[in-house]
Amino acid sequence: MSEALNVNTMADLMAKGEKPEVLFWVGCAGSFDDRAKKITRSFVKILNKVGVNFAILGTEESCTGDPAKRAGNEILFQMQAMTNIQVLNEYEVKKIVTTCPHCFNTLKNEYPGLGGDYEVMHHTQLLQGLMNEGKLKIEGGKFKGKKIAFHDPCYLGRGNGEYEAPRALLEELDAELIELKRCRSKGLCCGAGGAQMFKEAEPGTKEVNIERMEDVVEAKPDIVAVGCPFCMTMMTDGVKNKEKEDTLKIYDLAELIAEGNGL
Amino acid sequence: MGLENILFIVVLATAVFWFSKNLKTIIRNINLGKDLDISDNKTERWKKMLMIAIGQSKMVKKPISGLMHIVVYAGFVIINIEVLEIVIDGILGTHRVFAAPLGGFYDFLIASFEVLALLVLTACVIFLIRRNLLSIKRFGFREMIGWPKTDANIILIVEVLLMGAFLKMNAADSILQARGVEHYSQAGAFPVSSMIVPLLEGFSTSSLIVFERVTWWFHIIGIFLFLNYLPYSKHFHIILAFPSVFYSKLKPKGEFDNMASVKKEVELMFDPSADPYAAPAEPEGPIERFGAKDVQDLSWKQLMDSYSCTECGRCSEQCPAAQTGKLLSPRKIMMDTRDRLEEVGKNIDQHGVEHQDGKSLLGDYIQEEELWACTTCNACVDACPIELNPLSIIMDMRRSLVMEESKVPSELAGMITNIENNGAPWQFAQADRANWINED
Repeated sequence: MSEALNVNTMADLMAKGEKPEVLFWVGCAGSFDDRAKKITRSFVKILNKVGVNFAILGTEESCTGDPAKRAGNEILFQMQAMTNIQVLNEYEVKKIVTTCPHCFNTLKNEYPGLGGDYEVMHHTQLLQGLMNEGKLKIEGGKFKGKKIAFHDPCYLGRGNGEYEAPRALLEELDAELIELKRCRSKGLCCGAGGAQMFKEAEPGTKEVNIERMEDVVEAKPDIVAVGCPFCMTMMTDGVKNKEKEDTLKIYDLAELIAEGNGL
Repeated sequence: MGLENILFIVVLATAVFWFSKNLKTIIRNINLGKDLDISDNKTERWKKMLMIAIGQSKMVKKPISGLMHIVVYAGFVIINIEVLEIVIDGILGTHRVFAAPLGGFYDFLIASFEVLALLVLTACVIFLIRRNLLSIKRFGFREMIGWPKTDANIILIVEVLLMGAFLKMNAADSILQARGVEHYSQAGAFPVSSMIVPLLEGFSTSSLIVFERVTWWFHIIGIFLFLNYLPYSKHFHIILAFPSVFYSKLKPKGEFDNMASVKKEVELMFDPSADPYAAPAEPEGPIERFGAKDVQDLSWKQLMDSYSCTECGRCSEQCPAAQTGKLLSPRKIMMDTRDRLEEVGKNIDQHGVEHQDGKSLLGDYIQEEELWACTTCNACVDACPIELNPLSIIMDMRRSLVMEESKVPSELAGMITNIENNGAPWQFAQADRANWINED
């Protein structure tokens, strides 16, 4: 039985003459990828619980253009960006939150030069803010005694210098936070960035996500927390490849927090 | 002024002349790159250069090689004060000309140069062992075979020889000083070379004068030759590392530049007042290519970085593609860029500016397979001790492949079509974007 989520679109709110506090940029993976949709729903449940006044663009949202840009198609990127910026500016959006570090990076860093200036946050940053303000209580009982490692997404960590927000959230979970051998600025890519997600890898001796999964196997966590829908795909595939499905779970931070709060 | 001094002045002038000639060629080559205005945030840039280039803050992320590099770097910078004295002595025929004005401080200086020289010598020997006897992975990549490996060994061996000559020269000098030989006035303290003194004490004064002169000349000519070796070597980083860090990217690493040439076109498409039937405006200046096919399509900063790269391989060691056996190695991207730029420069010297050799960086040096293996994860940029950016070159070449030559891996072509048609990299209808609200 599907649980109805309380989600407004910008168009809904505009019809009522209202404006949300923050726009939730869902992203293509969050909208269409079955696994990532669970992350989207978890994040929305948290926003609903805390009472954050948010809205989505819904069918008016379109790819930020990030994979086109990283694949070298700057023309398509800028066309996507300018289309999105027209929509965002029409709705007078000031603040954006997204669960995808690629959307986050593009919206935050690459849109301003094309006329789109917004305060952009990764969902872990927004959640950390809510936690610090005391609005979001993170119940960690369910994870007591579990070992959780965080896999840094390239475009959040190295790309934008954010290493602390995800870890601050994990510390609240009452779990044992462990680090992978390669973490923070030395964190190894999952293999999906730069449009690799959408193609087979070049010939080599190993897949990048398998190399990364070996770091995970060595550190022996019960859970690997991720903050990116593409890392989610790559890490989940890695777990299957190593046949660790029974002992190793991959969750997005939003899922862990929603789960901890019984959402 | 004696014959020896005249000879010295000739040698000095020749060394300076050749070096400035080669330096000019390198500057000319760097300026073959596209204009790029990097005049912003001067204060922040100075700070960054102070920390990373002068302060070596990123070097010590690898403590062993980092600390030894600091020893060699500090030794190089400080011992250069001694070189200045040697040059003045050479021109004027004086003996330790700084001794009189500096007094007691001179003894301290010479003593510290000697300690540094010993440390540099030791570090270079360890570096040689690391490069040749230990199997350190980053020195074994395919781009290091042949000349790059020889280049590294030449640099280290020359430094060992120079430091050795410096200490032997001091040892002979100190004996001559002790014997009260004319010209060798009492000056300096010699804590390290005093250990070699017992080996030389048996020789006659005249033999020692010859020995002192030979080591003196060997040392200074060695330095001049080394200076002129720099432009042919990766060791040129001792000069260009500083401007490379100064002009390095200050923006978040994740941010890639929005191409201005594309922006103009896209803005026109979005301009409702633009006349769709208007004849395209005459392009101002030469038609710009999208992305980079050859070195001239890169910026001067990217070209300068190729001369700054000292081939340490920290980038390739961290690169996820290189670690999993893909063809890509970010260090090779930097080395290829320099090799191709040198080739283009030689063509210009021999055949004039208009000469086309039918070759290009993309295709003849760097293969498509290398470029498509990159995950744009910025590990290479983060690892570089002097903030070089191989990723920016990879991206510019991808842009050339995609926008100039329409060479896109077929799966990526599919992804691009999907974005064009339905605003997502997969084949889902835009109308279904919010379906997740009601699914579980």
